[in-house]
Amino acid sequence: MPPVLSLAHVSKTYDSGFQALKDVSLEIERGEIFALLGPNGAGKTTLIGIICGIVKASSGTVTVDGQDVVADYRAARAKIGLVPQELATDAFESVWATVSFSRGLFGKPRNPAHIEKVLRDLSLYDKRDAKIITLSGGMKRRLLIAKALAHEPEVLFLDEPTAGVDVELRRDMWRLVRALRETGVTVILTTHYIEEAEEMADRVGVINKGEIVLVEEKHELMRKLGRKELTLYLHDPIEAIPEALAGYDLELSQDRCALVYTFDTQRERTGITALLQDLSNAGIHFRDIETRESSLEEIFVSLVKEET
Amino acid sequence: MNLHAIRAIYRFEMNRTGRTLLQSVLAPVLSTTLYFVVFGAAIGSRIDEIGGVSYGAFIVPGLVMLSLLTQSVTNAAFGIYFPKFTGTIYELLSAPVSFLEIVIAYVGAAATKSILLGVIILMTATLFVPLRIAHPGWMIAFLVLTAVTFSLFGFIIGIWADGFEKLQIVPLLIITPLTFLGGSFYSIDMLPPFWQKVTLLNPVVYLISGFRWSFYGIADVSVAVSLSMTALFMVICLLAIWWIFRTGWRLKS
Repeated sequence: MPPVLSLAHVSKTYDSGFQALKDVSLEIERGEIFALLGPNGAGKTTLIGIICGIVKASSGTVTVDGQDVVADYRAARAKIGLVPQELATDAFESVWATVSFSRGLFGKPRNPAHIEKVLRDLSLYDKRDAKIITLSGGMKRRLLIAKALAHEPEVLFLDEPTAGVDVELRRDMWRLVRALRETGVTVILTTHYIEEAEEMADRVGVINKGEIVLVEEKHELMRKLGRKELTLYLHDPIEAIPEALAGYDLELSQDRCALVYTFDTQRERTGITALLQDLSNAGIHFRDIETRESSLEEIFVSLVKEET
Repeated sequence: MNLHAIRAIYRFEMNRTGRTLLQSVLAPVLSTTLYFVVFGAAIGSRIDEIGGVSYGAFIVPGLVMLSLLTQSVTNAAFGIYFPKFTGTIYELLSAPVSFLEIVIAYVGAAATKSILLGVIILMTATLFVPLRIAHPGWMIAFLVLTAVTFSLFGFIIGIWADGFEKLQIVPLLIITPLTFLGGSFYSIDMLPPFWQKVTLLNPVVYLISGFRWSFYGIADVSVAVSLSMTALFMVICLLAIWWIFRTGWRLKS
């Protein structure tokens, strides 16, 4: 199946001379949840802006479902819904009116049943007659999603969707995004919350200094770049790591009651069996054992560090 | 043509007028009424007829133009500036709409509001002075053409403005003085010859003259010149807007 979104050699240099994107090429599969990670100023919002028609690319092409976003902008934009990072709303409009406005703006005829469904899905139906200014921050965030969904888009961009929302609402948002994916909507999100990408994304892209550093299926990424830690809780504290164990990547905890062994999951031999044997030979006994996998955040930080 | 989008923007803008009825309609009507009371009744009763028309009736077309010009510019400027100010412009720029559709919707709404206001002011004027319209068809043509042209101008102002001060500068410091000096309250024949020539450099003279002609059949300049000048200004505004959308000036990064 052809990708729903395709970027080829997209670059953007602002008038100030700042190069926000450098030869970015990327393909997004239909129906997937794609998380775009990157530090502030990496080029995430510029990239979304170019796809949605808000920013003009300096070079390169972008197609949505085969439609060029410049030459066939009507067809391309009609397939896209955008939830911006800022809570930009018309304060004095009602919830119902602003969502209906968005549907009309994107060229769709009136459909009160669809608007009602979207508002119910986002728990906003009870607030349909309320002025936007009276809504809480979380409700405004959901309203922006409702506006983006009003014209039944195939691709939904969520730019920092849970920035500034509480934990409960964030989990509600995650549920909603998964439900959208079930209906066939492709979701592309940018986020600072690595936990969010780890929780939701099928694939992860890392962008840094305007370049795509890596695009990988999330589990594959964690498998490839992830490191595991084996923590051995000692029966008795030790003063130092014995010379016999110097060949292992071992760290002694501050309380001298635990040894932490870091190993690469990709290596054919992790060295755990040998380590346990050598510990026994050194007369070090342990009472408990624990393993921990690197989080996506740690992987992300290491990737960005490598780039810098 | 994305008719749904045009309808959506147009309705949105008209609803905004509905929400700010006091500011949008009543305030201009009140200020115009005060002009009639002061210039038409109090001072006008001491001024002779101009071209066979009582002074109170003479100033009606000028007063309508004064409101039409300032309101057209202000409505259109505010209409496109407000989404920029609140940040909701992202939705407009990412929507499948052409620049022509955006202009039709915003300028159409601004011109509609101005025309409605012009009609209300005319109706208000009939309460104070006897009003006759010699060429109703031309009167409507001038009304619509002027409202659309200055709404286009206002749209450009709204895109250019990066603060509320700039939004107010053009209507307050340019449009209003030009209208006052463009023959709203006098015939340019009443000016010394030198100032008559200077006044002809004021584009608003042509609008007021043509509009007044449609009422009383008297004009400071020929009707053909009035129409040509208005049409020329409209074409310039359209070209400017076309360039703005082509380059994304002040709209896109």
